[in-house]
Amino acid sequence: MIHLPRASPLHAARAAVGSAWCVVLAGVALAFEHPLVITGLLLVVIAAAAGAGVARPVLRALAFSLPFVLVIALINPLVVRDGLTVIARLGTVPVLGALDVTAEATAYGGILALRALVVIGCFALHSAAVDPDDLLRAFRRLSFRSALTAALATRMVPVLARDARRLRDAQRALAGPPAPRHAVVRAVAVGALDRAVDVAATLEVRGYGAARRPPRGRRPWSRHDLAFAVSAAGLAALAVTAWLADWEAFAAYPHFTAPVDGALLGLLAGLALVALVPYADRRGMGA
Amino acid sequence: MTDGPGRSVVFERVTYSYPDAARPALDGVDLEVAPGEFVVLAGGSGSGKSTLLRAAAGLVPHFHGGTFAGRLAVGGLDTHEHGPAALAAVAGSLFQDPETQVVMGTVRAELAFPLENRGLGAAAVARGVEEAALALGIAHLLDRSTHALSGGELQRVALGAALAGRPRVALLDEPTAQLDPVAGDELLGVLRRLNEEWGTAVVLAEHRLERCLSAADRVVALDAGRVACDADPRGFLDWAREHAPQLQTPGARLFALAGRSPAPVSVKDARRALAAAPAPVRDDALAEGSPAGASSPGRSDDGAAGWGGVARRVGRRRRGPEPVLALKGAWLERPGGAAVLRGVDLVLAPGEQVALMGRNGAGKSTLLRLAAALEAPTRGSVRRGGRVALLAQHPGDYALHERVADELPPAELAAAGLDGLGARHPRDLSGGERQRLALGIVLHGERPAVLCLDEPTRGMDRGHKDALAARLGALAAGGTAVLLATHDAEFAAAVAERTVLLGDGRPVADAPTAEVLAGGWYFATQTARILGGAALLPEDGAALLAREPVAGAAP
Repeated sequence: MIHLPRASPLHAARAAVGSAWCVVLAGVALAFEHPLVITGLLLVVIAAAAGAGVARPVLRALAFSLPFVLVIALINPLVVRDGLTVIARLGTVPVLGALDVTAEATAYGGILALRALVVIGCFALHSAAVDPDDLLRAFRRLSFRSALTAALATRMVPVLARDARRLRDAQRALAGPPAPRHAVVRAVAVGALDRAVDVAATLEVRGYGAARRPPRGRRPWSRHDLAFAVSAAGLAALAVTAWLADWEAFAAYPHFTAPVDGALLGLLAGLALVALVPYADRRGMGA
Repeated sequence: MTDGPGRSVVFERVTYSYPDAARPALDGVDLEVAPGEFVVLAGGSGSGKSTLLRAAAGLVPHFHGGTFAGRLAVGGLDTHEHGPAALAAVAGSLFQDPETQVVMGTVRAELAFPLENRGLGAAAVARGVEEAALALGIAHLLDRSTHALSGGELQRVALGAALAGRPRVALLDEPTAQLDPVAGDELLGVLRRLNEEWGTAVVLAEHRLERCLSAADRVVALDAGRVACDADPRGFLDWAREHAPQLQTPGARLFALAGRSPAPVSVKDARRALAAAPAPVRDDALAEGSPAGASSPGRSDDGAAGWGGVARRVGRRRRGPEPVLALKGAWLERPGGAAVLRGVDLVLAPGEQVALMGRNGAGKSTLLRLAAALEAPTRGSVRRGGRVALLAQHPGDYALHERVADELPPAELAAAGLDGLGARHPRDLSGGERQRLALGIVLHGERPAVLCLDEPTRGMDRGHKDALAARLGALAAGGTAVLLATHDAEFAAAVAERTVLLGDGRPVADAPTAEVLAGGWYFATQTARILGGAALLPEDGAALLAREPVAGAAP
């Protein structure tokens, strides 16, 4: 995943605010367990990605993560003994003991997988829409070199991906059978060291080694900065309120209960509204 | 210790060896660069130009290690005591590969990075970014992602980052190597303006001296790490005529072959000299010229092209009934993006040598990828009469093994001039050696019907170019058609009988090389500019000067 500049409200918001909004949205997903809320949040993330003009890469990231979340969904019923509705008895397995798969553990595995999808979607949206350089600038006053190292590490990913693509193309254009994939991977890995040395030399001649803590910059808050900051605060407030007021009546064990009532639907509508309202303002987004 | 502010760069008996190197890369170098001076570094591959620049940037020895002796001060800072980060405040550096010269995600952040490292405030950073972007003509790129830039754009962005802090010295290692002639001229114009208006001292290493000699105050020629010549441009050309003919510019070579002196520093000099003195030509000088057929393949075999004409007998030889490559109305449109190629028609006969020229982003590399079946046209067709081999811009991409000997059989290594290097790792080869190895790998196996090469002369000195031209000539003589994407008009003139000029994804000219490269403003050889398009290469020009009065060369 790389940053994809677009004319969108989320792109136009300052990186610290955009980043906080994505993190809060992921946090909200971790705070709830009701499948309807989690599913609703997944749709919110996809809608937000569409509003930011990065739906395709975010959906691609979600698709890539499917095997991972499937593993989560499968592991939970195998390792969790809770739940009263046994749907399969798989016998006794060394170390793990008796493997009784329950409907509750299976359902909760699905919820965990869904929640992981929401979190992955939030961070895919973060990667695509939050400018890493702006983020680096925001954090460099705290820890300049750590922030830069993190930014460079993420920058090496597309560079190495491009190297790998070039190497693969070069091999495809040769006579005879194509080179084995591991040979290409090894060449890219060796090349990564050269790349790292060259990039380090560039950092040196750009004055990185003698870098001073930058002075505090004053940048007026744009309408998008304000909108996403308010949205992030609203999401957090809604989540805390719902948790304190127990709007989400959900229990996975021993019996799976996920009632849908007015409070839950109101929570869901509130979360979606608060999260997506900033995307409605399309003014002043820049290029 | 600091040096006085009177000199921008001072080398005093500097000797440097890379770790484990058999011989020093710099050997007793004495050199001074005054503030506001424009110095061009000349020399063949491996002569020490890049090392000298890296030493001035403080990377040698602080970053690369090795053994360093002597004294070197830049902008008053002694490199013994100040590392590259400290020197960055007084010296902006740009090295050869732009892909590793850019470290941030957007162009704006890239230009801001060196300024922020110096602790400048937000307003000063923003102003520095704007000014650097305007000076380099990259203001329209400011909000683009750096990973989405072409090689030429990256080079200009990297140069912008090097110059954003308005350093006292600019250290530049072949900054025009990736650029088309237009962008290269623009960039040199920017450097000249920085030099003249800001007083920035410029130290510029360059193989294509004809591009930058007219801007230079001095030329320093290096040979095996030593300063072989340190003179003004005219003095350098006089020296090169006697001691290093391979470093002569095409204009100087034209004059040398025609027995004229002094050697011209610029096209303007040459035209003025020819107009003022239609002097007789020395027979012995003409005898120095290359034998017939060794120069432009596009010239008339009987030499009958004359002053106003261009050779038109090109492309006849070896043209068989069946083309080895035929693109018919080929389009390539990116999903959700622009059309890169727009209805290209191109036919190559067996053994034909065709140059593909055009601005950065005109679609040259994409056309080669289409020819080599790495991409398929979205409309139109590509027919191939056999294997199409492609040597892309990065020769290092072809070697996947740990030893050179594992890449090719011994006979083919010898044919590539690499015998004795079998035990080396491919990454430890020099640029020229790596290029020869890559060409050997590309040609290995079934003989290709077409060989496509993408910018093969980038960073090459003339000796290596001559060797490559000879190799391509031999391949063409054996029936392999050559399709060469290049910005190097001199090389295209030496190799190609036909030139296709691409503009915005479509051919805007497809004609004999002598015709395309004779009359262009940018896509023309220096000899053609001097002689008003009557000849492309110095050898042909000298032959013409022997037959014709030269006053006609004046505009």
